[in-house]
Amino acid sequence: MANESRSVAASAAEQPLVRLAEEERAFVASQWQLMWWKFRRHKMALVSGVVLIGLYLVAIFCEFVAPYGPSVYDVKYTYAPLQQPYFIDPSGAFHLRPFVYGLKSSRDPRTRKVVFEPDYEVVYPIYFFVKGAPYELWGLFEMDLHLFGLEDPEGIYLALGADRMGRDMFSRIAYGTRISMSVGLVGVLLSLVLGILLGGVSGYYSGLIDTIIQRVIEFIRSIPTIPLWMALSAAIPHDWRPLRVYFAITVILSVISWTGMARVVRGRFLSLRREDFVLAASLAGASELRIIVRHMVPSFTSHIIASLTLGIPGMILSETSLSFLGLGLRPPVISWGVLLQESQNLRTVASAPWLLLPGAAVVLAVLAFNFVGDGLRDAADPYVR
Amino acid sequence: MIAHILRRLGLMVITLAIVSVVSFAVIELPPGDYLTAYAADLRASGQLVSQADLDALEKRYGLNLPIHLRYLKWIGDVLQGDFGYSFGWNKPVSELIWARLGLTVVVTFSTLIFTWIVGFAIGVYSATHQYSAADYTFTAMSFVGVGLPNFLIALVLMWVGYRYFDADVGGLFSREFLTQPWSWAKFVNMLGHLWVPIIVLGVGGTAFMIRIMRANLLDELRKPYVTTGRAKGLRERRLLMKYPVRIALNPFVSTAGWALPRLISGATIVSVVLGLPTTGPLLLSALTSQDMYLAASFVLLLSALTIIGTFISDIVLAWLDPRIREGE
Repeated sequence: MANESRSVAASAAEQPLVRLAEEERAFVASQWQLMWWKFRRHKMALVSGVVLIGLYLVAIFCEFVAPYGPSVYDVKYTYAPLQQPYFIDPSGAFHLRPFVYGLKSSRDPRTRKVVFEPDYEVVYPIYFFVKGAPYELWGLFEMDLHLFGLEDPEGIYLALGADRMGRDMFSRIAYGTRISMSVGLVGVLLSLVLGILLGGVSGYYSGLIDTIIQRVIEFIRSIPTIPLWMALSAAIPHDWRPLRVYFAITVILSVISWTGMARVVRGRFLSLRREDFVLAASLAGASELRIIVRHMVPSFTSHIIASLTLGIPGMILSETSLSFLGLGLRPPVISWGVLLQESQNLRTVASAPWLLLPGAAVVLAVLAFNFVGDGLRDAADPYVR
Repeated sequence: MIAHILRRLGLMVITLAIVSVVSFAVIELPPGDYLTAYAADLRASGQLVSQADLDALEKRYGLNLPIHLRYLKWIGDVLQGDFGYSFGWNKPVSELIWARLGLTVVVTFSTLIFTWIVGFAIGVYSATHQYSAADYTFTAMSFVGVGLPNFLIALVLMWVGYRYFDADVGGLFSREFLTQPWSWAKFVNMLGHLWVPIIVLGVGGTAFMIRIMRANLLDELRKPYVTTGRAKGLRERRLLMKYPVRIALNPFVSTAGWALPRLISGATIVSVVLGLPTTGPLLLSALTSQDMYLAASFVLLLSALTIIGTFISDIVLAWLDPRIREGE
């Protein structure tokens, strides 16, 4: 390594393609590269990042991932339990391709409840990239390829059980991923715009306007959020189209969450204003706008990204809570919160606990975002060891 | 100190005034009012309602006044203790809210105390026994706890209780005590049911407190004065309690103040799931049926509770940290 540095110093002209030593790479690395290297060291954050990418892939391609459409129902399979895939058939032979048994229902003579049992006579192999029911990917492309499914249309594969109308829970959770994961993004973007604008003005100009904006922020933060959201959501007329309701919900969620972003931005502006490089820039004759955009904003972009990532799980949780109460998104729009509405009845949940599985999806998404956000925040902070 | 308290008090009054305007405005947002819905209901069920009757009702409740006059009428009544009339329940609002508000306060504050005590104890233990198995367990649990939606915990707890323990864990009282006046037995019965909402509501807050307490105490423990104290022969526990913990308590108290809005929000939705006789379920039904006075009063009272709570925590913080009370 010492040889390399000498040769770099001495003969940069003759050997322009010398590989830099590890330490030297750190000196010339850009801010983003440094962040990425630090982020990589957080194993938990990396794993969560992969999980998030997986979730967003499901959200983007949900029509492809789901074996059945979201509203396909068959009352024959009401509250059917999960079907477990097997590799070893009743005769003991091992198959590389997993399969499920048929599902047959019978009525228990004592309790009069419908009971489902696997029918060991009938075997349905599970195929991947199988042709199934046709759908329109993103509403544009007509396709009928599904990630997995059965080839035989007689059979059914309920990977996560069925709900009240015999609809496949796995497909509905997959479709719900698209709405739930995107509400967080849109809402956070809205609060980002508001937060940066008002927080920036507050922090840069301080004085009276700062005090006013701070008081407004304090006031908004002191209102309990759920009652406020409930009241605002109840104001949404029932005859609005689902898309309008969706945007109204994101606006409602951002109304309170922009304050968090504004406080972070204001704090950063206040501390950056006193930095030497800002003084130097203004002495060199740069206009205020140029100083803000070209010098100050890049200094806290990484913090903004970390705050954004930490703000999304709050949005997802809020939308889920509102829809669960029946005040947010409503059927036929599918989100995890709307799916959880089915589990409000305790008797139903007791006999069909798989109805709570959308909750597991929520927990997974929220935890993944929290870990990634923590990792980003640590990576962005130059003072962490 | 007094000047600080007075300043905070003034701010609180102004905030309460603005909150009342906002509550009223938010309730006025849905198109139509209860009277039109009521008349439509009557017509649908076949009863005839004359326009004269509707006009009389309108005048009696002041529904035909312009919005700012309606607000002033409402606020004037509220300050005299008359919260209006609930059309849905056919009772004055005051009869419906006070019992429920009281129970909300009980649930919220017991959760707050639970969160503080448990979060403080585990946080201190975790920081002083860093890298131990217990520390790793608690840290992992606190990460998970922050991310779980509380109504989901309530649902899972109810399912576990019903399925495996054959117990009905919802509600705050057993059936026999529901309509009886307060007695010691009723109080004990409530305590027996109270632990479920406390755990459900407290998980998130406790996890948050543990992380904050642990991080702050770890920072303090690395400082030189701790080593000095040890070198001078102070016993470990006395050293711990007298210095680092008191300093680490500062951010703890300031963040604890903001736990109250979160708790009251959480209590609203969890009480819907668990079927608690608190403000949550009543607020929900009032909003969905556009029962204007009931909903507005609820939003106003819940916000007032939050604001008073944060005011108290501000005072406590000023008492604890001289920099706050001198520095404003």
